[in-house]
Amino acid sequence: MDHKHVGSLHAADPAMALENARDVYTRRNEGVSIWVVESKYIHASDPGEADSLFDPASDKIYRHPTFYNLPPEVKNI
Amino acid sequence: MLPEANWITRAPSLRRKAALLAKVQDEAGHGLYLYSAAETLGVSRDEMYEQLHTGKAKYSSIFNYPTLTWADIGAIGWLVDGAAIMNQVPLCRASYGPYARAMVRICKEESFHQRQGFEIMLTLSRGTPEQKRLAQDALNRWWWPTLMMFGPKDDDSPNSAQSMRWKIKRFSNDELRQKFVDITADQAAFLGLTIPDDHLSLDPGTGHYRIGDIDWNEFKEVLGGNGPCNRQRLEDRKKAWDEGVWVREAAAAHAQKKQAGKMQAA
Repeated sequence: MDHKHVGSLHAADPAMALENARDVYTRRNEGVSIWVVESKYIHASDPGEADSLFDPASDKIYRHPTFYNLPPEVKNI
Repeated sequence: MLPEANWITRAPSLRRKAALLAKVQDEAGHGLYLYSAAETLGVSRDEMYEQLHTGKAKYSSIFNYPTLTWADIGAIGWLVDGAAIMNQVPLCRASYGPYARAMVRICKEESFHQRQGFEIMLTLSRGTPEQKRLAQDALNRWWWPTLMMFGPKDDDSPNSAQSMRWKIKRFSNDELRQKFVDITADQAAFLGLTIPDDHLSLDPGTGHYRIGDIDWNEFKEVLGGNGPCNRQRLEDRKKAWDEGVWVREAAAAHAQKKQAGKMQAA
């Protein structure tokens, strides 16, 4: 299971941030583990640049298993 | 939070008390999600509190009414949260990501709120004649303020045009208000309670309920700060803020002390 972003909050220090996150974001057993990160340490890719940033992968179809045609008699591969 | 917290110490049973505590806690969380979403637009939490405390920031008209009896808690959960759900479900697909995502989380929590309220109304309306009277009285006082939650009539709504153009608001005030009335009228009938509107009638042609005139003067007065509880609500907020200064200062001082201790050790 991955950690996923669920929201933000204010706190004086990491310990308080974890407790506040537990109080606000896991009220209905939504998680078994919490990560808190100060927002100043988060760096994000520019959505406006998304096309050019992720484009290189689009035409490299040889990265996918389906690109490789093997005889059907070969099992377990 | 404030109208409902009023009855936590006087909930009639442990079950009701636990449910109400949980609801009020949820509402605090909802405030947090919305303040967090607003912060993404470049305003600080402190600035927003300042705006709230000086009366500059508006908030929903509904919070300016008093909770006079336990039955009010049932009426609020059923009607006020019901109206909020009606408004907020479409907002889950608003065009502004942080706001829409806050709404998704809020909506998940609201349905417990409404069911909690309806269950209270059901218990009261099936109880003693006095209990039924309490439920009817609460409905009488909360019905019209709830309808006002949807905002002015479409023709009189100055902010709607821009919000709809920006795809933040997706349905008009009147559309949502109509949907709410249609659904809630049936629920009231099930409870055996009477909605306090002599003009409420089902139009067989449209399948919608027609309602009487809303007192827009009351709405204007309440939004302008002259509702039954406006002053008290703001005073409570300011008191909580002022009396919490030492907690915030202590937390910050403690954090700093720990940080300095770590630097020394390293």
